[in-house]
Amino acid sequence: MHLAYPAVLSALLFCTGLYGVLARRNAILVLMSVELMLNAVNLNLVAFDVWLSRTAKDTLHSGQALTLFTIAIAAAEIGIGLAIVLAVYRNRGTSDIDKLRDTAEGPEPAGPHTEGPGTSAAEKAEASA
Amino acid sequence: MTTTTLAALVPLLPFLGAAAGLLLGRTAPGFVRPLAVLPPLASLVLAALVAVRQGGDAAVDAHTELTPTGSVPIELALHIDGFAALVAVLVAFVATCVQIYSTGYLRDDPRYPSYAALVSLFTSAMLLVVYSGDLIVLLVGWEVMGICSYFLVGHYWETPEARAASLKAFLVTKLGDVPFLIGLFALATDAGSFRITRVLDAVASGDLHHPTLIALLLLAGVAGKSAQFPLHTWLPDAMAGPTPVSALIHAATMVAAGVYFIARLLPVFEASRAAMVVLAVMAAVTMAGSGLAALAQDDIKRVLAYSTIGQLGYMTGALAVGDRGAAVFHLLAHGAFKALLFLAAGVIIHAAGTNSLAAMSRMHGLRDRIPDAYWTMTVALLALAAIPPFSGFFSKESVLGAAEHVTAGHTEHTPGAAGWIVLVAGLLTALLTAAYATRLWLLAFHGRGTEAPDHGRQPLTMTVVLWVLAIPSLAFGGLAYRSLPGWFDGRDLTPTLLTSILGTGLAVVGGLLTYGAWQRTSALAARTPLGAVAAHPEGDAGLIEAEAIATHRPAYGDIAYAPDPADPGRLLLGPLHRPAAHGFHLDAVYGALFVRPVQAAASLVRFLDREVVDTYVHAAAALPRLLGAAVRRAQTGNVQTYVSALLAGTVVLAVAVLLVATGA
Repeated sequence: MHLAYPAVLSALLFCTGLYGVLARRNAILVLMSVELMLNAVNLNLVAFDVWLSRTAKDTLHSGQALTLFTIAIAAAEIGIGLAIVLAVYRNRGTSDIDKLRDTAEGPEPAGPHTEGPGTSAAEKAEASA
Repeated sequence: MTTTTLAALVPLLPFLGAAAGLLLGRTAPGFVRPLAVLPPLASLVLAALVAVRQGGDAAVDAHTELTPTGSVPIELALHIDGFAALVAVLVAFVATCVQIYSTGYLRDDPRYPSYAALVSLFTSAMLLVVYSGDLIVLLVGWEVMGICSYFLVGHYWETPEARAASLKAFLVTKLGDVPFLIGLFALATDAGSFRITRVLDAVASGDLHHPTLIALLLLAGVAGKSAQFPLHTWLPDAMAGPTPVSALIHAATMVAAGVYFIARLLPVFEASRAAMVVLAVMAAVTMAGSGLAALAQDDIKRVLAYSTIGQLGYMTGALAVGDRGAAVFHLLAHGAFKALLFLAAGVIIHAAGTNSLAAMSRMHGLRDRIPDAYWTMTVALLALAAIPPFSGFFSKESVLGAAEHVTAGHTEHTPGAAGWIVLVAGLLTALLTAAYATRLWLLAFHGRGTEAPDHGRQPLTMTVVLWVLAIPSLAFGGLAYRSLPGWFDGRDLTPTLLTSILGTGLAVVGGLLTYGAWQRTSALAARTPLGAVAAHPEGDAGLIEAEAIATHRPAYGDIAYAPDPADPGRLLLGPLHRPAAHGFHLDAVYGALFVRPVQAAASLVRFLDREVVDTYVHAAAALPRLLGAAVRRAQTGNVQTYVSALLAGTVVLAVAVLLVATGA
């Protein structure tokens, strides 16, 4: 099989994931898009590993080994990510990314160390949840 | 003990007394009075002992160098000649009297411990100046006196007058001290030593290269300290201090230091004829101007302050004609009777409850309330007016005689012009002195009107001191004028017939003129009621005086002036009265010449600081703040925006890398 097919497929997957990350509003869909991007990279890794082992006698198959790492890390990442999203949803009643703007700068901050009581209370609630 | 040890103890004892007084003032109040009175008393005994041992013979010299200082050495040196021995006795005597008097005068004052300690320190500094044989050590005493006068004049610091007066006294004397210091350095550079004996040797051998410059620089410091024109303005205002302090400053310490300094270094001044003429003119202007001003003052103590300036003018006049014997003779005689005048004035202020002569002239029977002050004040005023046989007569005639001697052209050092200036001004001042002395006596003790308030008996410590001081005021001149030349330069101090007749005649004329004017004007006193008396007659004398000073301006409109038509001075001076009451507006001239330019410069600096420098500082802060605000805009809180920016950056980098890699 020619290298172009998996490469194009992974590029398409990556672009789909990128679009999802940039454009979706639901946090879970954003996480799923991130997974798409990761898997696009995995596909690339495997494809190029096969191609390199054929031409340059790479007998270690480092690409495949790296893919296994990535899958494991992606699993951990999605676990933590979903846990956070669940916590935020329980707290706020929504998982809409556009509404999670607590880190935004106000128009004119009063000072470096003065935070509104609302934000600090939300942070505490978030931490305890 | 050797004479040197005794002499070293004389300034040391009051200094130790002052230190102990300051340390123990709060913890052991019982020791304060003994610590105030005993050290000056011991100093008096020791100074008298030193004077007896010295006996007017060759000067006692002792010196030790503590540590080498590189260039011109500074030594702890004593130089005790007849002048030093006698002036030290006077200083210790007056200081003892003042300390004893103060125990009564300020008996209820909460700040008495620090006051007494500062008076002791003041005395110690003056004794150091008197005995010191090294100019830098002399300068130390000189400056300690300056700071002590600041503290003591400002003793009633609750009143704004006292605060202003203490600052003024300090600043004006410092204004003179800066050229004085430069003059000392110039003198030491020329002479190669700070020791007075070496300096005098250098002068005698003609090693002084810039005598006029040095003499004029030193003269500025002397004018500030001895309150000579044009730096005399601090002295009348210094009357805001307690009366015993005025007595101390005017009689023995501080103002005497300048005259004494010139007397010590007279050959330096004589090396420059120009300096002698300047000294003579300064003395003449001081004498005549202060006499006129004294005639117009309403505050009894300000009359005495201007009289001090005038008498110091006599002393500098005597120095200008090169006769330091006469100058120090007048210094000694004046010290006794001026201390008496001030201390008696303190009793009068206490008894009358006011310091205003206008108010006293509307009081009947003040002299019966305070017979001690009346009689001793009479003696002192006669001495001040130089009526024979009181001590002021002999000392003043010795000054006038010396001036007359110079006008005849008998001396090689002093120009005849100086003699004429001093003689004419001295005779004019004799007239004025008698006039204001008579005015003070008549207004204070011969008032007509309501009965003087009864403030009880004066404390014994105060009245006894008056009588003690009355003895030298009465007899010192007559007893001493024959023996003093042996202590001094050996020049004759006997009054000459011509100047005696002229001086005494003019004094009598002045007294009679004032009496005549008073006869005409005193009838007006009943028609214009005027005056205010103390609100707390049961308080001690210090409290009454502080209230009198603080209320003079609200009650009469001015610190020095009262709108009193019954004042004989007003009739005698005519249109000159108002300027004379304000010291010929010299303060206003200084205000226009120095104070306003300095204030204008200060406001300019303030403008530059606030408007120019601060603008740069504010701009330096505002620019980063603006940039920061612009950058903060990017932080929207939307994660997807951040990721978009990240992607855009990655794309830009990738394109750049591609372009570089392909070499495009």
